[in-house]
Amino acid sequence: MDWAWISLIVIFIGAAVAPKLVHAFPKLGSGLLCLIPWFGFAGFLSLIPEISEGGVPTASFDWVPSLGVSLSFRVDGLSLMMALLILGIGGFIVPYAKGYLDGHPQLNRFMGYLLFFMGSMLGVVIADNLILLFIFWEMTSISSYLLIGFKHESDESRRNALQALLVTGIGGLALLAGLILIGLESGNWTLTEVLADSKKGLGGLPSFELIAVLLFLGAFTKSAQFPFHFWLPNAMAAPTPVSAYLHSATMVKAGVYLLARFSPPMAGEPLWHDTLTWIGAITMLVGAGLGLLQKDLKKILAYTTLSVLGILTFFIGLGSKKMMLAAILFLIGHALYKATLFMVAGSIDHSTGTRNVNQLRGLRKIMPWSAGAGLLAAFSMAGLPPFFGFLGKEYSYKGLLDIGSGMIIFLIIAMIANIVLMGLAFTAGLHPFWGNKSEASYPKEHAHEVSIWMLAGPIVLSVCGFLFGLLPHLIQEPIIGPAVASLIGKPYDHLELSLWHGFNLPLLLSGITISAGIFLYVIRKPIWSTIFSKEINWFGPEKIYFLVMDGILSLAKAVTLLLQGGKLRNYMFLTVGSIIGFVAIELFLTQEFMGSLTFENVSVHEASLVLVMAIAAVVSVVSKTRITTIIALGVVGFGVALLFAFFSAPDLAITQVLVETLVVVLFMFVIYRLPPFRNISPNAVKVVDALFCLGVGAVVTSLVLSAQEIQMQPSISDSFAQSSYMEAHGKNVVNVILVDFRALDTFGEITVIGIAALGVIALIQRIYTKKEEVEQ
Amino acid sequence: MKSVILKSAASFLFIPLLVLSLLVLWRGHNLPGGGFIGGLLAASSFVLMTLAEGVNATRIKLRAEPVSLIGTGLLIAIFAALLPLFAGDTFFTGLWLPSFELPVLGKIHLGTPLIFDIGVYVTVIGFAMAVVFQLEELE
Repeated sequence: MDWAWISLIVIFIGAAVAPKLVHAFPKLGSGLLCLIPWFGFAGFLSLIPEISEGGVPTASFDWVPSLGVSLSFRVDGLSLMMALLILGIGGFIVPYAKGYLDGHPQLNRFMGYLLFFMGSMLGVVIADNLILLFIFWEMTSISSYLLIGFKHESDESRRNALQALLVTGIGGLALLAGLILIGLESGNWTLTEVLADSKKGLGGLPSFELIAVLLFLGAFTKSAQFPFHFWLPNAMAAPTPVSAYLHSATMVKAGVYLLARFSPPMAGEPLWHDTLTWIGAITMLVGAGLGLLQKDLKKILAYTTLSVLGILTFFIGLGSKKMMLAAILFLIGHALYKATLFMVAGSIDHSTGTRNVNQLRGLRKIMPWSAGAGLLAAFSMAGLPPFFGFLGKEYSYKGLLDIGSGMIIFLIIAMIANIVLMGLAFTAGLHPFWGNKSEASYPKEHAHEVSIWMLAGPIVLSVCGFLFGLLPHLIQEPIIGPAVASLIGKPYDHLELSLWHGFNLPLLLSGITISAGIFLYVIRKPIWSTIFSKEINWFGPEKIYFLVMDGILSLAKAVTLLLQGGKLRNYMFLTVGSIIGFVAIELFLTQEFMGSLTFENVSVHEASLVLVMAIAAVVSVVSKTRITTIIALGVVGFGVALLFAFFSAPDLAITQVLVETLVVVLFMFVIYRLPPFRNISPNAVKVVDALFCLGVGAVVTSLVLSAQEIQMQPSISDSFAQSSYMEAHGKNVVNVILVDFRALDTFGEITVIGIAALGVIALIQRIYTKKEEVEQ
Repeated sequence: MKSVILKSAASFLFIPLLVLSLLVLWRGHNLPGGGFIGGLLAASSFVLMTLAEGVNATRIKLRAEPVSLIGTGLLIAIFAALLPLFAGDTFFTGLWLPSFELPVLGKIHLGTPLIFDIGVYVTVIGFAMAVVFQLEELE
């Protein structure tokens, strides 16, 4: 088991050192990074014997035990299968990326992102703790954002990356809420416990419906289910290695993983099954329909991914034993052929400079190896025997037929999706390579076969898709069996995969699918030229996304204009007014705003000081020159300092004196640079200002007076005074409060001071730059 | 333009004010004073120098960019806050060395709050001088 988390750590270390390593040693560094996934792959392979006997290795380290968060990992059949896909395909994606982005100045950064993404995804599938699962989940969102937005000079790329981040991010928050609800209500914070409780299931929890909806939101946004499907085709803005990885083994499969993971404890709940079945069905039809209209190789593949994700959700929703088996077969098959086709599409783009299928034809002579890989993968995707894709399709038809005649509608939907998938498989994998070269019109003149770095993945993965179809026993016992077992919560009896089951109904359905799919391929060009393919974005949930985004931005703009319009007077009105307003309401409601005023203890010198300050305050407002105002304000300030001194607060008095002195000096620096004092406000405005200020003063005075009267809690001054010397070894309570009892507050204050200084510098430097602009 | 009286007063007062500010910083824990007041005092000493000798001379005397002083002060403060973590205590717990007697100075009791106060002292000086230098150099 140690292998699992060690490989996780190795991947993250790889991600951290990749930027420097590849920068320093472009060749050697990339080569080393290519080994990292294989290290993990080997580690997970070593777990196979234990897991195929039904064992579930775990490992756990404390992290935040008080909150039930631990670094705990668990590898069962499903996790093992996912981990092998992530690492195995990742092991080809890394070298492919090296070839694809060879010489790119930011290849080093890209490698770092890619490994970070790989580690996050691996973390999702092996995390045991619910909170840890969420953390890795979010890390996949963040790293995919970095990858999709890798071509950050492009506006479109940035926009689509942000869209993917926002859509999956919202889902991630929903997921967090769902996981916390599960944890709080069942008391189980690890998957192990949740699954062990699955006899009872999650259906018994008080807020089961809410939990289900939250999990749906998390999984549907991540796995691009309708109506959140729009981000996935847009994520094609990413460099092709990313698309290949995102679509085949990672990211979008995370949502499917989540649904599969929670299948056992959710089994039997109509809400769970019905939602998944219908959303899955809609998604596969939407994906298939939109895919038919595409002419960009990557977009075609993206929509077929959408369709397959719908199929997987649909199978998991139906939830019977056979459908779960079909889901696993589909998932593995899809990962193998989709990674291949994306890499081949990337190679074509790399070599010819276009991905438009209309311009691509007859490339097999120039790119024989890519053509071979594309052919194998397309056949697997099309579900032709003896490829692995055939197994998935065959077993899904069997499972659907088993469910009964009431489900005939689902059978039809599944067939439609499979037919379209088949047609598109040929479009993506065959069309560019076969046919007459004279029909091609790609931008680059010297198209060529790509390097071994970029060929290894397509060739090996497509051959795997063929080999595993021909000899399903290779992976039946070690991988498929345990994976299905984790989906249905018990071992799958009599699992015997084979290609040939005699002449039966599923075979007939396969035959119909294949013929219809070939027909669809033949008529692909008329479809492209229909009116729909031009007006493809006439309506969709993406419109709602943009509406919401624009709405948020306009709201932010309006609020900013209201609160920060640039007029100092408005700022003062708003901030002071709202604070004072709330205080006034509270004082008025409690009816205690008039403390008892007694003037008996007021001495003559105190009274005269206050009088002087009041006069100075009035003078500061009515004076006609700045210097008088400053001096008058100085009088008020030093008066306050004197008051502090009278009431035995020496620290405050000293501080006040020093601050007043510095303020006067600062005024002196700037005063002769300011324009002459001018009277720009009309009298009406002045009256409003005066009333406002008097109101503020009145409220503050009442507040201070009532604060004297009301004693809600025992005063903390006494306890501070007592513990000051005993606990904090200081006799000056004020200072002890500042540096010990309330040190965090003080730290906040000095941080504010620092930021204020930076603000002053920025403001003044702005004046210089403006002047320079004027001079130029 | 600069007044001779101001110049000689400033050079007379500069060092004593700084010493006084350190003293105030030191005694703050038991008597009125502390990092904030000390910092303001030290800053006024530098401000006096700025008024008398100008920014460039004061910059040389200050030996550091005001902004770096702000950063340094914040780092010192956070260091004082983090130190207890290594001793197994929580963030910002005051840690104290055993007290000892010294001639003249009397009983000496050192702890992390003093380090924190030094951070405050340095930050305040940095802040005041950053603003004063900017305003003084304004053209």
